[in-house]
Amino acid sequence: MTPENRAAYWRANLRLVASCLIIWFICSFGLGILLVEQLNQIRVGGFKLGFWFAQQGSIYVFVALIFFYAWRMNHLDQKFDVHEE
Amino acid sequence: MSLQALTYLVVGTSFALYIGIAIWSRAHNTGDFYIAGKSVSPLANGMATAADWMSAASFISMAGLIAFLGYDGSVYLMGWTGGYVLLALFLAPYLRKFGKFTVPEFIAERYYSKTARIVAVICLIFISFTYVAGQMRGVGIVFSRFLEVDVTLGLAIGMGVVFVYAVLGGMKGITYTQVAQYCVLIFAYTVPAIFIAIQITGNAIPQLAFGSDVSGSGVGLLDKLDDIVTSLGFNQYTSGTKSTIDVFCITLALMVGTAGLPHVIVRFFTVPKVRDARISAGYALLFIAILYTTAPAVGAMARYNLVNTIQPGEVGVIDGNLEYERRPEWINTWQQTKLVRFEDKNNDGRIQYYNDSNSAFAETAASYGWRGNELTVDRDIMVLANPEIAGLPNWVIALVAAGGIAAALSTAAGLLLVISAAVSHDLIKGIFVPGISEKKELLAGRIAAAFAILVAGYLGFDPPGWVAQVVAFAFGLAAASLFPAILLGIFFKRANKQGAIAGMLTGLLFTYGYIEYFKGLFLKWAGSPWGENVAENWLFGISPEGIGVVGMVLNFVVAIVVSYLTAPPPQRIQHLVDHIRVPRAV
Repeated sequence: MTPENRAAYWRANLRLVASCLIIWFICSFGLGILLVEQLNQIRVGGFKLGFWFAQQGSIYVFVALIFFYAWRMNHLDQKFDVHEE
Repeated sequence: MSLQALTYLVVGTSFALYIGIAIWSRAHNTGDFYIAGKSVSPLANGMATAADWMSAASFISMAGLIAFLGYDGSVYLMGWTGGYVLLALFLAPYLRKFGKFTVPEFIAERYYSKTARIVAVICLIFISFTYVAGQMRGVGIVFSRFLEVDVTLGLAIGMGVVFVYAVLGGMKGITYTQVAQYCVLIFAYTVPAIFIAIQITGNAIPQLAFGSDVSGSGVGLLDKLDDIVTSLGFNQYTSGTKSTIDVFCITLALMVGTAGLPHVIVRFFTVPKVRDARISAGYALLFIAILYTTAPAVGAMARYNLVNTIQPGEVGVIDGNLEYERRPEWINTWQQTKLVRFEDKNNDGRIQYYNDSNSAFAETAASYGWRGNELTVDRDIMVLANPEIAGLPNWVIALVAAGGIAAALSTAAGLLLVISAAVSHDLIKGIFVPGISEKKELLAGRIAAAFAILVAGYLGFDPPGWVAQVVAFAFGLAAASLFPAILLGIFFKRANKQGAIAGMLTGLLFTYGYIEYFKGLFLKWAGSPWGENVAENWLFGISPEGIGVVGMVLNFVVAIVVSYLTAPPPQRIQHLVDHIRVPRAV
């Protein structure tokens, strides 16, 4: 593996990690904590939306996020030919 | 069959299952003992991680905690799940690629330093012991309530079972028992939740019932709960009382702490490949989320059930409150354990349950003829008493007892194993007797595990006053010491020995000092806590529960600055970092 290739793989990985972290932050700290008062004005079913994000929604997003990350990383591994046999 | 006989049968069967699995999957070498021979499938590892992670506190206490805290309880829900995202993104795949046995071993090799290894071992042992004491306590509580044996005997039985499968089976043994324990505990948790959801809302899925209408009323459960608790002087259920910065910091400290807990990290050493470690973190969180999204529904429904039982009629009208003579059976049973207490302060023969520490509500309460709150309910019983409150059949109650024990034992075993690995692999082989044979190391691991069980049992039997307070410390410590050191080791090539040691010590001492200052841990003889634990005194308004975040930031800053001021790490370390960043062996 050339040093350039290695660096490109690592950069692509960091980009993916950064986008996942942004979503992680928004769905928990953003919607569940910082903006909770504003979102509580909106109702979805019997839930106030901010409360729902804090006690339900953020957890669903976390689960989806890890599977998304694993799927994209496998793709990156293939693309840069660094996947395991 | 009586409830007690049924409980013995269910709990006894589950114990037989765990021991059977341990004999079938016992460890033959150190690889089996420490990391299950790297042969665990990602799905099985996900389940084992979920059981490893979900402790007696998650199973027994969390829903009750949320029931009484309402929105403020969200810090635990987000904090104890969001950490898995950090684990998957920053640690699990790289540590799996590193491919050794323990967390301190990674720190030692990456930072080419025995000192760093010793600092990591100290953090690990402290974090793990504080945790394990709580588990043993949980086993004792379940035994004394459901099997009506002495707490000490209950503890001894629990220790005996863990002894057999952790000492004999090592990581391999505990992995497969944890898979079984996950099945027991998740079944035991969700079945009563479904029953109660149907009873209250008619919707069988607790996650949806939570936001549904109370049957026949046309009013949402949460709205009804908000109404009724505020009319009793409590804070609104769906909004919080903590400051935003404190909620923010506690949540972040719990997340980062979760990702830094050695017994969780080490589970990702047991899968065959790097890609397995990534997907396995997803499975782990999925299995955890089943319980963690049910818990807030259970909390809200339990609070609703409790308030509705005590206050069946209008607030302020005399016959709006329950007559003590007509109390349901569960109040009776739990009064015997002293976890429910009643005192008829105004001698009206009825139970009043309200917030008597709310000064704005005091006048209203006095005008109702109330002379103080008369019912004290320990929050730890909400999950355990739930099936009784909802009038569910005996087999459900027996199942909940087995589930509580499974949650406590699975976590205890995982913790005991990382403690024993730290002693036999990091201290004995890594530092004191490097030439030790594999056979002797395995024996040392088993002896260390046995010894750790005895210490844990002692801590559970006679918990020193600090046990309840150290859980915050365990997370704060993991967040402020191990997590930054591992993260920088992977993502920052320039990080060197001096930086890592200075960073870990700064994070550790700062976090410990702050908690000692406000809560008092080991220096009580010297007059700690020195500061009154109130928001006005806190640094930036951050409570001791959330201070690990500041410790973590300090660790990062110190580690980076010191690394730049001292010599860069040797060439071979740069190669090591290159090696762990790429899945395929080069």
